[in-house]
Amino acid sequence: MEAGLNLKATELRLGLPGADLIYPAATNNKRSSPESDDSSAVTDHESAPAPKAQIVGWPPVRSYRKNNFPAKRSEAETGIYVKVSMDGAPYLRKIDLKVYNGYAELLKALETMFKLTIGDYSEREGYKGSEYAPAYEDKDGDLMLVGDVPWEMFMSSCKRLRVMKGSDARGLGCGV
Amino acid sequence: MAYSFPEEVLEHVFSFLGSDKDRNAVSLVCRSWYEIERWCRRRLFVGNCYAVSPEIMIRRFPEVRAVEMKGKPHFADFNLVPEGWGGYVHPWIRAMSAAYPWLEEIKLKRMVVTDESLELIARSFKNFRVLVLSSCEGFTTDGLASIAANCRNLRELDLRESEVEDLSGHWLSHFPDSCTSLVSLNMSCLGSEVSFSALERLVGRCPNLKTLRLNRAVPLEKLPNLLHRAPQLVELGTGAYSAEIRPDIYSNLAEAFSLCKQLKGLSGFWDVVPAYLPAMYSVCAGITSLNLSYATIQSPELVKIVSQCRHLQRLWVLDYIEDAGLEALAASCKDLLELRVFPSDPFGAEANVSLTEQGLVSVSEGCPKLQSVLYFCRQMSNAALVTIARNRPKMVRFRLCIIEPQAPDYLTLEPLDRGFGAIVENCKELRRLSLSGLLTDRVFDYIGKHAKKLEMLSIAFAGDSDLGLHHVLSGCESLRKLEIRDCPFGDKALLANAAKLETMRSLWMSSCSVSFGACKLLAQKIPRLNVEVIDERGHPNSRPDSCPVEKLYIYRTVAGPRVDMPDFIWTIDEDAASPEVFLSNGAV
Repeated sequence: MEAGLNLKATELRLGLPGADLIYPAATNNKRSSPESDDSSAVTDHESAPAPKAQIVGWPPVRSYRKNNFPAKRSEAETGIYVKVSMDGAPYLRKIDLKVYNGYAELLKALETMFKLTIGDYSEREGYKGSEYAPAYEDKDGDLMLVGDVPWEMFMSSCKRLRVMKGSDARGLGCGV
Repeated sequence: MAYSFPEEVLEHVFSFLGSDKDRNAVSLVCRSWYEIERWCRRRLFVGNCYAVSPEIMIRRFPEVRAVEMKGKPHFADFNLVPEGWGGYVHPWIRAMSAAYPWLEEIKLKRMVVTDESLELIARSFKNFRVLVLSSCEGFTTDGLASIAANCRNLRELDLRESEVEDLSGHWLSHFPDSCTSLVSLNMSCLGSEVSFSALERLVGRCPNLKTLRLNRAVPLEKLPNLLHRAPQLVELGTGAYSAEIRPDIYSNLAEAFSLCKQLKGLSGFWDVVPAYLPAMYSVCAGITSLNLSYATIQSPELVKIVSQCRHLQRLWVLDYIEDAGLEALAASCKDLLELRVFPSDPFGAEANVSLTEQGLVSVSEGCPKLQSVLYFCRQMSNAALVTIARNRPKMVRFRLCIIEPQAPDYLTLEPLDRGFGAIVENCKELRRLSLSGLLTDRVFDYIGKHAKKLEMLSIAFAGDSDLGLHHVLSGCESLRKLEIRDCPFGDKALLANAAKLETMRSLWMSSCSVSFGACKLLAQKIPRLNVEVIDERGHPNSRPDSCPVEKLYIYRTVAGPRVDMPDFIWTIDEDAASPEVFLSNGAV
């Protein structure tokens, strides 16, 4: 599903053309692959074996080193919560972006939450044929169409989500 | 002696002797040499702060300019030494403030240092120049402010890996505008943000600054400001290595790095955003020391860096480098002397990275000068150890940590005795060894037979019986420090080798089988040892003599039992034979 969003082509990079730089993985240290299908992208917590009872002072890693480490655990605990508004709805919702592994999952969740359909994304025409289009407000306060930038970049720049009526979203690339 | 040289000549000759060993030897020649030497010794190293007292030190060496001292046992690094154990530096500072007004250098490791001590240092030594606090604790940033404000000629302030109570970053602003003497500043262990403009100005006015290790809070986009003011830097520790991805930040950073033509050492690299790594490529050709052990970057990025550092001598890195990365290291870095690979997920039940014994074997094959290794991994084989031993007979430090305790050779399921045996047999210069994995008494037999230059040995979850300990104590002629945890070693070996303990700096044994009764006997036998029993279950007298003690720390001393122990530590007195044992913390 993510292949349909064609993320790699729009990925921003630094360096000479042709140099292959990997964008930083936000939450886990396994190498991310755009071709990985949803089944292998299951979150680590569910499939990893339970941690063993710890022996004091073993393995011999200095507490200074342990404390200075960006622990996976603490990252997993703080979510990225953003408000979600839908045009015409009486109140807003809040979702944790960290829970989703990509746009496909996010859009599915929005569809379920607000009982609507959003449709398929294309770079040229946005969410053509949908009644609704997902948009978000970025760090600079601009209203952007969801799906244009790589997922990781979206997660770090999205400040709030807005599900817009298709007709209002015309300027954002909706082909209705 | 009728024809002896005048004192001044001898003093001049002695001034060429740098090492303590040589100076100690000189002082044993005859009484007059002893006298001359003690008046002109300027540098002192005290390996165990409880082995001697400030009074004894000052009485013998009245004109000291530099003191280096260590406190807690090494296993304190891994939380095996309870809080409150000791290692207080204040009595030393107090005594030296009166006796050594011209003291210039204080270097401490694993000691408890208070703000009061720091203030006393700042006030007492007019020519104070060097303060190095390695893995110390007990002080706050207020103490640092005193040092910054008062030490007019401060050259080095190095807080490496100390635990500092970080009240604010304001301490740095206490360096007066007149301070231009800094050569080395290491504040990497501090959390708070310092005033960046104060830091900028400080760096700008110290033309001799060679080492600058920033803390995580210094933002990457401001690093160029500092590098422009200090292009002469030889060692740099970055702050957090992350910023918004912007071309102007990148080009500023790359340009600033390219100005630093003398850079030999790099560290820091917290929170790395890989896109910014190429900015430092321009310095790689000159780099000899690289600490990437906080950089959570993957093998391909690590390989890109490392393969450009052709003159690398020292690499500290996380196991993200994986076997493939270590192979690349072996191919590119022929000058490598030291490798340390740290675990990224030490408590995970399974391997999260593809790092095995093969990585270390590759490096041992490809790097002809490799002499110092610290390696965390999840599997090892005797075959690999034998190969490593044969490849690198000049190995000096070999510390292997197989993460699962008592893990056998993963290929044959045998103990790793043979592999470590090969290490000690081939590496005749080996001075430091840490063992791990499944090990029987046999490995200690090999160690006792072959490890004649071994000075420090660390053992965990190993051995079958007292014979193991006996082999080590009776065979390792150069042994100075022995630390043991969770091994079935007990009374017999210890008592049979009691005299050996006086030739060593210290012995640590925790979760072993040494009884309280044996401790008492030992203290009786060898009066100049402090036999310290650490037991949080209460007074050892409340249990039978045959009951094993929790932890035991034995060290030679000329200062007698110490008096600053907490209430769960007892020094067994020589009069332990009496039914009411007098234990020197006052309890009976």
